[in-house]
Amino acid sequence: MAQRKADLVVGLFMVAGIAALLFLALQVSGLTPKSSGESYTLYANFNDAGGLTRRANVSMAGVTIGSIRDITLNRETFQARVVIDVNSSIDNIPADSAAVIRTSGLLGEQYIDVSVGGDTASLSDGDTFYTTQSAMNLERLITNFASGQ
Amino acid sequence: MQWLINLGGQGRELIESLGRSGQFLFGALAGVPNIRVGFPLLVKQLYFVGVLSLAIIVVSGLFIGMVLGLQGYTILSDYGSEAAIGQMIALTLVRELGPVVTALLFAGRAGSALTAEIGLMKATEQLSSMEMMGVDPLRRVIAPRFWAGFLAMPVLAAIFSVVGIWGGMLVGVEWLGVFEGSFWGNMQSSVSFTSDVLNGVIKSVVFGFVCAWIAVYQGYDCVPTSAGISSATTKTVVFSSLAILGLDFVLTAVMFGDF
Repeated sequence: MAQRKADLVVGLFMVAGIAALLFLALQVSGLTPKSSGESYTLYANFNDAGGLTRRANVSMAGVTIGSIRDITLNRETFQARVVIDVNSSIDNIPADSAAVIRTSGLLGEQYIDVSVGGDTASLSDGDTFYTTQSAMNLERLITNFASGQ
Repeated sequence: MQWLINLGGQGRELIESLGRSGQFLFGALAGVPNIRVGFPLLVKQLYFVGVLSLAIIVVSGLFIGMVLGLQGYTILSDYGSEAAIGQMIALTLVRELGPVVTALLFAGRAGSALTAEIGLMKATEQLSSMEMMGVDPLRRVIAPRFWAGFLAMPVLAAIFSVVGIWGGMLVGVEWLGVFEGSFWGNMQSSVSFTSDVLNGVIKSVVFGFVCAWIAVYQGYDCVPTSAGISSATTKTVVFSSLAILGLDFVLTAVMFGDF
């Protein structure tokens, strides 16, 4: 009986180890995406997505309202197509709002800031941001400045 | 002149001890193991060495993760990049702290116990009486304990890392308000399964081998008196800790160094 109990506990111990390794593989090194809560999808096309990454922050007035699900290249327009998950509770983003890529701090990660427009109609599931502003590329800015263009 | 003789004697003793430990390990592991007899013994040792070490591993992992979250937040928030604590915590734990701290705790918690147990068996002549009965103590007593230490270490290190990451998330995301999406997102984009997680597992496997070897050897080789057992237990902890830290540097240089 004692032997069977030891077998069981050691079995559970080994399972815990395998589960921990699976967690490290899936959640920490990101082999699968984590599904989020209630949200709806918006799209935004950027000329330059810069250092934007999947699961980055989407905020409005500095408050997080969603995250980026995917970034792909649109093969017709050669623009970056960003898929954004927005919390279902934020369902009244004006339709003429702009998606702007910003950097948090000087060296921080990049995120999308939604600048609020004035339209009475609001964006709904599957809509695309009409105006976007691409990532500021410091190097390009300096190059343009130096070459006087 | 006398000190030169002493020095030579000590050096010779050290080399002899290394030789004995090599022979000892070979004796314990060589030969075909009897699964039917050996497996229950191994499970019993895994229980003592692995399962009973879980408490100290989980608690230390939790607090180390929480401290990493707190420290990372205070430093990184100056640069507005506090969302990077996800990758900082995960990389620190998976690459370094998980295997190393687990191995140090393991040497203190399980290694010392193994040495004391085997040393007492030797002092009370249980090992010699086994030999008299025709049972090889190397295979009956030493091998299951060695394998248990060897197998338990990677499991404990993986659990340590996971609990630590959870503790860091608790502090960073729940208490200090880092956005959860960028916490996990940064982590997932910077941690690679093969070069970070698997290298951490390899490290803990190496540490498990070394810790278990030192612990069972010190017990088996101790002077069979109470003073001998106490000095063998001390040696286990000291030698294991030094070996872990030294090997960690070598392994890090091989795995993550750029040469």
